[in-house]
Amino acid sequence: MKATLILENGSVFTGTSIGSTEEKICELVFNTSMTGYQELLTDPAYAGQGVVMSYPLVGNYGVNDEDVESDRTWVEVLVVRHLSDRGSNFRCQGDLNTYLKQNNIAGVQGVDTRALTRILRNQGSMMAMLTCAEHFNVAQVMEKLRAYRVEKKVAEVTCSQAKVIPARGEQTCHAAVLDCGVPNSIIAGLTARGCKVTVLPANTAAEDILAGGYDGVVLSPGPGDPAENTAIIAEIKKLYDSSLPLFGFGLGHQLLALAVGGRTEKLPYGHRGGNIPVRDLEKGKVFITAQNHGYAVEEGSVDAAVATVSHVNVNDGSVEGLKYARPNCFTMQYDPEGNTGPMEVKYVFDRVVEIMGGAK
Amino acid sequence: MPRYADIKKVLVLGSGPIVIGQAAEFDYAGTQACRALKEEGLEVVLVNSNPATIMTDKDIADHVYIEPLNIPSVTQIIEKERPDALLPNLGGQTGLNLGMALYENGTLEKYGIRLLGTSPESIHKAEDRQGFKDCMESIGQPCVTSLVVESVADAVEFAESIGYPVIVRPAYTLGGTGGGIAYDRASLEEISDRGINLSRVGQVLIERCISGWKEIEFEVMRDSAGNAITICSMENIDPVGVHTGDSIVVAPTQTLAPKEYQMLRSAALDIINALEIEGGCNCQFALNPDSFEYAVIEVNPRVSRSSALASKATGYPIAKVAAKVALGYTLDEITNAVTGTTMACFEPAIDYCVLKIPRLPFDKFTTASRTLGTQMKATGEVMAIANSFEGALMKAIRSLELNVRALKLDKLEGLYTDEIEDMLVNVTDERLFVVAEALRRGFSPQKINHITKMDIWFLDGFKRIIDMEEALKACKGAPDADLMKQAKEMCFADSYIGTLCGMKQEEVKALRESYGIIPSFKMVDTCAAEFDAKTPYYYSTYDGENEAVDTGDRKKVLVLGSGPIRIGQGIEFDYCSVHSVWAFRRLGYETIIVNNNPETVSTDFDVADKLYFEPLTAEDVQNIVEQEKPWGAVVQFGGQTAIKLAKALTDMGVRILGTSSDGVDAAEDRERFDEILEKCDIPRAKGRTIFTTEEALQAAHELGYPVLVRPSYVLGGQGMEIAYSDRNIEEFMKIINMTVQEHPILVDKYLMGRELEVDGVFDGEDILIPGIMEHVERAGVHSGDSIAVYPPLNLEDKHRELILKHTRNMAKHLGVIGLINAQYILYNDEIYVIEVNPRSSRTIPYISKVTGVPIIDLATKVMLGQKLKDLGYGTGIYKEASYYAVKAPVFSFEKLTDVDTGLGPEMKSTGEVLGLDETYPQALLKAFKGSGMRAPKRGGRIIITVKDEDKKEIVPIARGFEEMGIELYATSGTCDVLTEAGVECKRVNRVSQAHPNILDMIASGTVDLIINTPTKGRKQDTDGFKIRRSAVEHSVGCVTAIDTARALLTVRQQSRSEELIPIDITKI
Repeated sequence: MKATLILENGSVFTGTSIGSTEEKICELVFNTSMTGYQELLTDPAYAGQGVVMSYPLVGNYGVNDEDVESDRTWVEVLVVRHLSDRGSNFRCQGDLNTYLKQNNIAGVQGVDTRALTRILRNQGSMMAMLTCAEHFNVAQVMEKLRAYRVEKKVAEVTCSQAKVIPARGEQTCHAAVLDCGVPNSIIAGLTARGCKVTVLPANTAAEDILAGGYDGVVLSPGPGDPAENTAIIAEIKKLYDSSLPLFGFGLGHQLLALAVGGRTEKLPYGHRGGNIPVRDLEKGKVFITAQNHGYAVEEGSVDAAVATVSHVNVNDGSVEGLKYARPNCFTMQYDPEGNTGPMEVKYVFDRVVEIMGGAK
Repeated sequence: MPRYADIKKVLVLGSGPIVIGQAAEFDYAGTQACRALKEEGLEVVLVNSNPATIMTDKDIADHVYIEPLNIPSVTQIIEKERPDALLPNLGGQTGLNLGMALYENGTLEKYGIRLLGTSPESIHKAEDRQGFKDCMESIGQPCVTSLVVESVADAVEFAESIGYPVIVRPAYTLGGTGGGIAYDRASLEEISDRGINLSRVGQVLIERCISGWKEIEFEVMRDSAGNAITICSMENIDPVGVHTGDSIVVAPTQTLAPKEYQMLRSAALDIINALEIEGGCNCQFALNPDSFEYAVIEVNPRVSRSSALASKATGYPIAKVAAKVALGYTLDEITNAVTGTTMACFEPAIDYCVLKIPRLPFDKFTTASRTLGTQMKATGEVMAIANSFEGALMKAIRSLELNVRALKLDKLEGLYTDEIEDMLVNVTDERLFVVAEALRRGFSPQKINHITKMDIWFLDGFKRIIDMEEALKACKGAPDADLMKQAKEMCFADSYIGTLCGMKQEEVKALRESYGIIPSFKMVDTCAAEFDAKTPYYYSTYDGENEAVDTGDRKKVLVLGSGPIRIGQGIEFDYCSVHSVWAFRRLGYETIIVNNNPETVSTDFDVADKLYFEPLTAEDVQNIVEQEKPWGAVVQFGGQTAIKLAKALTDMGVRILGTSSDGVDAAEDRERFDEILEKCDIPRAKGRTIFTTEEALQAAHELGYPVLVRPSYVLGGQGMEIAYSDRNIEEFMKIINMTVQEHPILVDKYLMGRELEVDGVFDGEDILIPGIMEHVERAGVHSGDSIAVYPPLNLEDKHRELILKHTRNMAKHLGVIGLINAQYILYNDEIYVIEVNPRSSRTIPYISKVTGVPIIDLATKVMLGQKLKDLGYGTGIYKEASYYAVKAPVFSFEKLTDVDTGLGPEMKSTGEVLGLDETYPQALLKAFKGSGMRAPKRGGRIIITVKDEDKKEIVPIARGFEEMGIELYATSGTCDVLTEAGVECKRVNRVSQAHPNILDMIASGTVDLIINTPTKGRKQDTDGFKIRRSAVEHSVGCVTAIDTARALLTVRQQSRSEELIPIDITKI
């Protein structure tokens, strides 16, 4: 079946439908990772988004039950150049097309993904609609897309009630993870180091967290514009004012910056890929990281007395990490141990657990 | 960290002659590195014995020494130049070994030279088998169970403890020379014995055989601050068991999920951190396809063939960055030259599929075993880029220039299905096609996977190609737009679609265009379009958006490259293509290069204004022509590959700069050429044009034996043989006709005389011949395999004048504008023409360098209408240099079992070295040293066994050696002749006679040289074949032409000393 992708700027791409044939509207972004489509589809930070895979061959190794970042998929639309009919891998349990159908992800293959990527790079991420309809009015669709907003996604992705994940091996500390869309990799990074994790809904009151007897709080990554989460930010400010160790990744990093009076900005087309170089200013070294974000903390927006930039993006100089003057507090823009990403930034979680008193 | 401030002058070591396992990739790496060093304002001293390279140009380095790459020679250069640093890790294994040797023997310390890049300790750790294993164990990286042994007995004992099969890998050898898989005790004894002999340190590694696992490679880069990145991952379609140089390789990896990918990526980074590599490094892994189990196979602590491939596959200039890292820069201080805005400290993202297919020499060596194993046999490779796996594969196949245009080998069609199934087991260069044929016969991908262990994902890709063929066949006429689009997205050629649907190529093209299916070009930009890139490096797709934008109003010139390196068409043609691009750029033209060889300088992203990485077929080139609408095209620099396209380009309406396609045809067409010769009164050996064996026999009888038999329109004497009898004719014709001959076959009277060769530039009126070369070996040995001497010894002026006159006349009548190469025979005081090629030749780089005449630059200017008399180098024969320059061939026989090493009219050498000196004997000695041929010294031993025709001539040569105090041995016939002539010589038993015989003597390692001239024919069961092969296996020099033996004697008698004086060619 034919599927058509219509962009907010009026560009139209026609290809073959894959996955669900339901009509979908999304914010369209591109990702340059060459593997990792299943982790990406299940990462809550992609809630409300459609993803263009710039690597043209997708689905090669199929899908399985293990390589997921959460219990369900979040991506609305997947755009690929070529989809493999079947996967080839010893852990493969099914093909990607069936998986997309089962999870109601609409997709299209056979489109010029590089041209699409170039549009998004030059004009910025934008809204798009994928439809299998034969007839549509581009002007009407464009109007609809311009009015469309990806909003309140944190409320959608966060857990409804607290859940506890035991430490692997001997427990050495206990962290609260404020779930703004936490991927499994963050939880696994902590539990692997002997940290018991309690995942809390994003709207949990600071008082409850402070009274919970945790050794520290991790503000999780998640989707959307950080600034819209005013209530959560207010609670985070209270956590900041306490003495509890406090860490943030992705959206969590941005929320804390906002809580202490900083500002965030929307990047033109975001950082989404597995090859992003970040300089750790303290170590004086560059690490390759996997990233997935559309917003960043504005440089200089956080009072230097409150926090200093600890990590910067080597490509565009954007802020990738903040070290706070307040004891036991730092945040980073990326997930140090994303399942699709490089593993050399593991030291970050070591540090988190060490601060929480876990490491001996 | 900024670069080390104390470095002012850097010595760079090249990789020497092209041999299997070490090819053009090091010219590419070295050239890029030298340019990077000069960019830093450093003074560069370059040593490389290979004169065909671009790196040995005086515009690449400040001081260029085309000298043997050995310790005494490089030590002398160090003494003279006093560099303060040495960069060894860009010259392949040769450069690295030499750098290490100079470090170990204290030379570097003595002269206060800093070894740049990875430390010697680290190199040692990575290169030494046991040291490497220990290091891997210490960081928890699994290696394959293995043991380093120094004796055959130990090898057997260990193998029997872990079980057969086992892999044997010699330490410190190129391309796995001497290695192999041993399935039982007998084969282990044989392989390990050979490996121990070949290893520089007499060690081999015996390891558990993990054939069938996935073979995965990572190209990694690390700086002195410890920043480490992976540049490219690669997956071999052929699983572990085939040398990666002989494997079909795809980039990036296709069948790894992120868990496996990150596991191996982290392993690669852990390894280079543990080894403290500073620069580029290649890590090879074997991955169990059914689990996360993996093993580290090998680490190359230097720039390699794989890094050239990774550079071209990603756009990331590994050699350049490695050179800067060696100078002390950290990766985050080096700009990514492709984007111009981001830094080199990132990992390239690819948004296309890259596929490499090796180019194997079995079209040349028809009798060689096609089996592929752990010892590399490929001479070169092609790379293709597409946005699908199928497309990359189809393009790569077309790029091979093997008369195959799709995933189909016609000769397999006639085989029984059982035979196809049997052939699946044996890995050969044709297995890809065998797999395709099996799929056509209905074998399932699962079944083929079971036999070959190729991943199902790849087999599914092949299957989609077969299915497309079927769908097109089913059309029986014009395919619809959807099917056409799908076929083109798989990069099916119009001509192939036409064959399948029963349409003409033009009809397919017209139909396709009527559907609006036209090629568009995408950019290779290192970052999957995430950043704006500045490098116009393109590949074709059938997607919508075209990124090949017009860059200005300069006149555009299309330069066609020479495709994969193969015997007969080597790196020399890349030299010519690149120089022509540079010449056009200097003259203000926009240059566009088309090539598909990832190893070369011509495919470096900043050589031409635009680079199209595409197959060199008429159809693929036409797509580029329609896109770029060049003002003119140049075909005379890209060897036979490019010149073959002359007519097609003319038909497309493209102006051919220089000699027209008609001129090319006139030189190749026997009748037209004979007419010209007659008109110009130029004698040539009598000959006939024939098609069938009967005609060939008749021609031979009319002309009288011996005769030369060869197909027209060939390279490097492909299929050329001297026939002495009807039996020879019958045998050769059978071989020639194995491939369909579109052009007639030539049978010529064979003249035995002095062979002379010239390259010339002709402007329509005047000719400039930079120099005349003489071949040491008389006609009958292919010019590419001959030792060539410039200037010739004792050539009479009248002959010189005749050569000038004939060359000029032929150039004029052929309509040459630009280059002409001509070969002559001086026979009975007369100059006969053998062959004329209106194009660049393999001697151009060397003769340019030794005469100082920039031949390509002049030819380029002449093609644009300039006249030689205005160009400053005069006309006629250029003044002779005050140096002798001797070019000697280098062979790769130790890599190719079953190949007869005897020289003849068919070219066998893979590379060449140069010897340059004020006197002929010294130049010759240098050339011999550079090529690894040792002239025996007093007290040495020579075995002589020559064919009857040569017995008379060998006497004075043997006497000469005897007088030098060298002990002579000979087999009965030769021995009788020598003894009768009063030359003292000991008899040695023939192969068929009782032990100890000649083979035992060779094996004993007490012989320094064998002089064996081959009897005619290709038959291999002769004693001579066994002797020659045995010499190769035991690394004993073996000379197969009387003239070469005489040259060795000349060296022994006349060279004033072993001490050679290095010459900086930039001072000539």
